[in-house]
Amino acid sequence: MPAHVDELIATIEKAIGRVDEVESELVLDFSPVQRLDPSAVTLLEKLAGKAQEKGVKVLLEGVSVEVYRVLKLAKLAQRFSFRG
Amino acid sequence: MTAKLSSLSDGRIACLEGLVAQARTAAAVFTQYTQEDVDRIVKPMVLAGLEQAHHLARLAIEETRLGVLEDKTIKNMVATEFVYNYVRDKRTVGAIAEFPERGLTEVAEPIGIIFSITPITNPTSTVLFKCIMAIKTRNAVIFGPHPKAWRCCREAVRIMYETAVRHGAPEGVFTCLEEPTLEDNAYLMRHKDVRLIDATGGRGVVKAAYSSGKPALGVGPGNTPVYLEKTADIPMAVVDIITSKTFDNGTICASEQTVVIDDEIYDRVLNEFADLGAHICQGGEAEQLARVLIDAETGYPQPMAVGQKAVDIARAVGLRVKPNTKLLVAPIQGVGKEHPLSVEKLFPVLSVYRAKSVEEALKVCMDVNHAGGLGHTAVVFSRNEEIIRRFGEVIDAGRIIVNSPGSIGALGGVYNDMVPTFSFGCGTGGGNSTTDNVNVYHYLNIKRVARRTPAHMWFRVPNQIYFNLNAVENLRQFASRSTVIVTNPALEHMGHVDIVRRWIPSETLVRVLAIPDAEPEMKVILQGVEALKLSAADQIVALGGGSVIDAAKIMKLKYESPDADLEELASPFLDIRKRVVQFPTVKVHRARLIAAPTTSGTGSEVTPFAVLTDKASGRKVTLADYSLTPDVAIVDPQFVMSMPRRLTADTGIDCLTHALEAGVSIYASAYTDSNAMQAVRLVFQYLSAAYERPGDEEARSMMHNAACIAAMAFSNASVGVNHALAHALGARFGIAHGRANALMLPHVIAFNASVPSKFMPSPNQRAYVAHKKYALTADLLGLGGETIDEKVRNLVLAVEGLLDRLEIPNSIADLGISKEEFERAMPDLARNAFEDPSWRSNPRMPLIGELVELFWSAWRGRGRASVAKAS
Repeated sequence: MPAHVDELIATIEKAIGRVDEVESELVLDFSPVQRLDPSAVTLLEKLAGKAQEKGVKVLLEGVSVEVYRVLKLAKLAQRFSFRG
Repeated sequence: MTAKLSSLSDGRIACLEGLVAQARTAAAVFTQYTQEDVDRIVKPMVLAGLEQAHHLARLAIEETRLGVLEDKTIKNMVATEFVYNYVRDKRTVGAIAEFPERGLTEVAEPIGIIFSITPITNPTSTVLFKCIMAIKTRNAVIFGPHPKAWRCCREAVRIMYETAVRHGAPEGVFTCLEEPTLEDNAYLMRHKDVRLIDATGGRGVVKAAYSSGKPALGVGPGNTPVYLEKTADIPMAVVDIITSKTFDNGTICASEQTVVIDDEIYDRVLNEFADLGAHICQGGEAEQLARVLIDAETGYPQPMAVGQKAVDIARAVGLRVKPNTKLLVAPIQGVGKEHPLSVEKLFPVLSVYRAKSVEEALKVCMDVNHAGGLGHTAVVFSRNEEIIRRFGEVIDAGRIIVNSPGSIGALGGVYNDMVPTFSFGCGTGGGNSTTDNVNVYHYLNIKRVARRTPAHMWFRVPNQIYFNLNAVENLRQFASRSTVIVTNPALEHMGHVDIVRRWIPSETLVRVLAIPDAEPEMKVILQGVEALKLSAADQIVALGGGSVIDAAKIMKLKYESPDADLEELASPFLDIRKRVVQFPTVKVHRARLIAAPTTSGTGSEVTPFAVLTDKASGRKVTLADYSLTPDVAIVDPQFVMSMPRRLTADTGIDCLTHALEAGVSIYASAYTDSNAMQAVRLVFQYLSAAYERPGDEEARSMMHNAACIAAMAFSNASVGVNHALAHALGARFGIAHGRANALMLPHVIAFNASVPSKFMPSPNQRAYVAHKKYALTADLLGLGGETIDEKVRNLVLAVEGLLDRLEIPNSIADLGISKEEFERAMPDLARNAFEDPSWRSNPRMPLIGELVELFWSAWRGRGRASVAKAS
């Protein structure tokens, strides 16, 4: 998962595309992510929605406390699994 | 939203939900921003607001048809430049204030989504102001403008939003309702994701905000009274009032409504108004104004007049005024429904009232204040500070503006140093939660990070303690014109008083006051004070046991400070440093107190305590203050050589209890521990010998020292639950204090050494250490044991062994107290022990049931104490 916002957005978009391909779990490495912007949050919401629809669990790895706080306040934290 | 409001279409609800979702994401993302990030955004927003001030003013005028273009431009500039000047150096992100000496840090937490309602009277300036505050505090805002001002507000929001986002603010941080309705407001006010409602507007909207169940800043109407007092600078006052009342055609809710003028200057003031372009209503003109401008049914002004020019209003009403008339001045004769013009008028009509006196003027100002203006704004013009003070006290207004224009003065930052705002908190009088000028701090949750602070500790004892045989000889070094020896008849008879007299300098006038050997009564104290006064004493020598020394302490207190109220001084307290009732420091006499104990137990010669018995009420009054501590202690064993064996045993165990309780107290420190431990060691080494061989000088001397050393420990660390139990037990069954302590002691050690069911709050303690300190004591005494439990058990056994050697009864039952009698007494015993302040320094908080169990344990007797694991 890239640190730069544009690359982050591209990666989340790619992950949305991959939801159809995986069987049960999609793992995204968030350890390099320092900050989220509104477009990234909107895409994560989309990813969560699609994953739920397909019955795929999305696991975010290495989420920083600051980013986790954004996900909590945006009411997205409960829609993902976390590790690390 | 759980409940759909029927009047909103699905499409409208989707639109509102979309705004909330955008704001939620923006607010969440905003939490990642630093102070530097937000400051980088705020400045260009302010510049954009200044740049567009005139454009926005023009849009507001075109849409609302209220106010004055030039004034609205100035308001937009104040809302940006002045507000920025206030906020630019303020910390609003992360740690915003540090108080290192208090271990406190204040940390800013954004609110999240704010639903902000803006008024028709100040539409764009209010938007600019709230946008700057929101970015500075990392909040997202959904604006709900007045339905007749939403286009100009939308443009103001757009300018602020685009500038903010261009400089890094999160997308969606500001949105603005288009074609807003009351239903929109109701929906958003109750939306679960909206955290705060900031409502600036009329009565209805403010009431709706506060009724929503959400935290709200609701700022509504006022009714500003002005007192123009006879010492005022009249030309300045009149210019200020006209400037303020005509500013934006009177649309600022802090503007002047009724001017109460002293009779002496009334005509001059009205002439001044007329000279400067005001029309003074004559004949029936004021009534004519009231008829047209005020709704007779509701008492509220007609909306069509709000923000209109004076000449237009005059024309509408049918008054003939000069074409350049700025203001219509209408005399009124009172306040209330019968005087319609006494209400808030957001247009250039000003009521005036002629007051015959200061008292009348203040009352009429209060009437205006209470007629719709509570908590808002009031103005006084005066050079008399006393008048200004009284006005400030009796008028309920968040802003009392002195010698300045009300509206511009209330905005802050121009005529005074108040915080610049476009939102006036009106306090509870106005149904608001604050009287502040609403500012950035109202857009923050301020968190306090409170670090554990070490409590200030102390170790206070007399600065002179003389000990060992013949220590009494040291009396010769204390110069005194007149000394009173307080003692009891037995000691006088035994020749102890003669010994004392021998060492008092010969030039000193000495008088002996023999009092009964019992806890002192008030009557005895007052007789003693008379004796001290009669002798003009400058020195008191207390020779006796605890009761005599306590009596001398209280006599000294009443002699030095005759007004000292002993009942009041005995009021309970939790922390001696924070006590409510302070001991007197003003003294009419001064006398040195020298205490020479004749028993080895209470340690009263070095303690700050004294007990007085009030025979009339049957109560004991315990006084505690370091000012009671004797100035000098003389611990001379010659005075205890003849102590009876039983008294030796009881007082010796009292001393041991002092030391053991101070040792495990929550106020224990290294200073008190050193005394407590040494006292325990001396008791175990010498008490049996003193008891068995009363003539053993070394044993007597060391026990005398032990009592004093233990008292130094408990004077500073206090005692514990053993004393609470002993006080209750002793009082109920007439058991000597030391003996009552002895009956409880092994059981209390076991109790304190076990895992507490309830810990005692104590900033001094970093862990539960009572069991370890008992183990340390056991080590000091060489009692053996490998584990803490073994050592504590050995200490309990050693204490029990000592009690056996002193022939102290094994149990309360052994005193002849039957089970039934004890059972009957138990409710009182438990309650009295629980109400006793002694246990408040105990290492574990005793539950009432535990006190009962301790009593029963002591009734059954020693040899049964078990120690549960605390480690």
